[in-house]
Amino acid sequence: MDMKVAKKLGLKERYTLMTRDLAWDTTYQPMDKVFPQTAYEGIKIHDWDKWEDPFRLTMDAYWKYQAEKERKLYAILDGFNQNNGHLSVTDARYMNVLKLFLGSTPPLELMAARGFSMMGRHMQGAGPRVACQMQAVDEYRHFQTQIHSISNYNKYYNGMDEFAHQQSRMWYLSDGKSFFDDAITAGPFEFMVAIGFAFEYVLTNILFVPFISGAAYNGDMAAMTVGFSAQSDEARHMTLGLECIKFMLEQDPDNLPIVQRWIDKWTWRGTRKLASVGMMMDYMLPKRIMSFKEAWEMYVEENGGALFKDLARYGITIPKCFGQTIEEKEHVTHQSWIGFYMKPQATPFHTWIPTPDEMDWLSEKYPNTFDKYYRPVLEYLDAQEKAGNRFDNKTAPMNCQVCVSTIKFNEPGDPMEMCFRESTYQGEKFHFCSDHCQEIFDNEPEKYIQTFISSHQVLQGNCEPDGTDVNAADFKPGQNMLDYWKLDKRALGDFNGSEDQKNFAAWREQATKN
Amino acid sequence: MSHLKTLAPYEVKSRDAVENYKGKQLLYINWERHRMFSRPFVLALPPETPFSVIVDQYMTDCFSYHPDWKQIDWNTVVWQNGNTPFTPDRNKSLKENGIGHKDLIRFRTPGLDGIAGTGY
Repeated sequence: MDMKVAKKLGLKERYTLMTRDLAWDTTYQPMDKVFPQTAYEGIKIHDWDKWEDPFRLTMDAYWKYQAEKERKLYAILDGFNQNNGHLSVTDARYMNVLKLFLGSTPPLELMAARGFSMMGRHMQGAGPRVACQMQAVDEYRHFQTQIHSISNYNKYYNGMDEFAHQQSRMWYLSDGKSFFDDAITAGPFEFMVAIGFAFEYVLTNILFVPFISGAAYNGDMAAMTVGFSAQSDEARHMTLGLECIKFMLEQDPDNLPIVQRWIDKWTWRGTRKLASVGMMMDYMLPKRIMSFKEAWEMYVEENGGALFKDLARYGITIPKCFGQTIEEKEHVTHQSWIGFYMKPQATPFHTWIPTPDEMDWLSEKYPNTFDKYYRPVLEYLDAQEKAGNRFDNKTAPMNCQVCVSTIKFNEPGDPMEMCFRESTYQGEKFHFCSDHCQEIFDNEPEKYIQTFISSHQVLQGNCEPDGTDVNAADFKPGQNMLDYWKLDKRALGDFNGSEDQKNFAAWREQATKN
Repeated sequence: MSHLKTLAPYEVKSRDAVENYKGKQLLYINWERHRMFSRPFVLALPPETPFSVIVDQYMTDCFSYHPDWKQIDWNTVVWQNGNTPFTPDRNKSLKENGIGHKDLIRFRTPGLDGIAGTGY
């Protein structure tokens, strides 16, 4: 008798069995109680089965695939570390990119993991639930691998060891923290627009250029490999975000104005978050890849513009802030770097004035703005530093109530003037950096009156090291900020004269001379 | 109208309400066209603080690093509280000058536009 061999399952069948087929409708409890977050944002979904799975990846295949990437990554990290790879980077200033990255990015990857875990619970359709669970695991993996790749540098250079403590305390990390806190406290659909779409789709390339290409250009094979290991995940994330937008828009015409408002909001919030990323490209990478302006033109204006053209058939219009971001691309990185330069005692990374060659590069890349608005002040500060009078601005800044950036951006159309906006809510004034942040506030003031603004919290006595008696007669708030932040004193100040600078030079000498 | 949607009643307080400052109030100061500094900087002071203290102590401490500071002709300085022009009285308190919690004092120094006229 012939043996009857079962036919091997096709990819599609296998996918169905391993994802949607595992889900069921509850009967002891109504579905809307089991998934309480599905409806409250006002998004109307009529048929979850219409969700098109943008990639047909099952969990078992996912684990196999990720494990393979992991093995390759750690083999390369080991090799890099054992060969003193840190000495092969272009210049010790590069370490400061890693320090800023470590404080600002892995903690947000962790928040993304938490957010997508929640999506994996609260999305009612099985397709998006599985996709969100995978993305949650991806984000967790990115969080870990980023930290692992930088941990080797932590053995040699200052200012990296307290990034987790600093995440919710440091003034300049508040913008990223606020960005994710805002997203994760929204409902599931807004979270998907915020992170899945605006951040992962529209803006993620801008994040990758300085970190991954930046690492490659500057000899950091460790960070570069982490980036490549994340790249295939990112492609999946982008597809998921876009699918979610299309799904919402196809389900009900009432969803359009809500989705549009979220796209406007989150494209702007993401843009503000990226100001300091652009600064790394223009000022911090010893070997530049391209200017922030060029990256913005390529990735946001061209690619993003094409994307919004594609979405126009659903009635989506280009985000309101688009025009302003195009104007600002010539300014924000310079304004941000000067903002950090003036605070040598308040960041765990060093700052410096660009060399004359680097200033010429900036003039060439920013012909409309650099020489006119920014070169003179940088040269002035350089001369002051060389004369032993390095700038150290000790006052605490004013921040935007929504994006929590320090107020530093210019009035649209006038690069000389500071942009201020103000709303009053329940008798109290609130200040913003832009029309777009003001509008976000006015749409949901209840949310943003709770913003944690570090310079205000200091003045309330809420930023003190453990054991401080805030009720003592001689208590002065903010006297012990370095202890509160756990800032390593060796990591403070200008790059010139820093321990990192000296050690790197000495170790490289040892490695290359007799 | 707020677009905020919640699953349950949601009542929260402002984190920066004036009662959180134990008798003090927040004040922001900005020197227009001099963006080299922590742009507007923030202070918490009792409303009884004389305005002269703001200029002589806090503004001087912060801004005297700038070469324009010494050049200021105080008779020509143009003051605003937020977007509203006003003339502060040095000898009166913040309160008497009509300065409230989270007000933003902006001052313009005509003819002085920062390093090489860049607004910095």
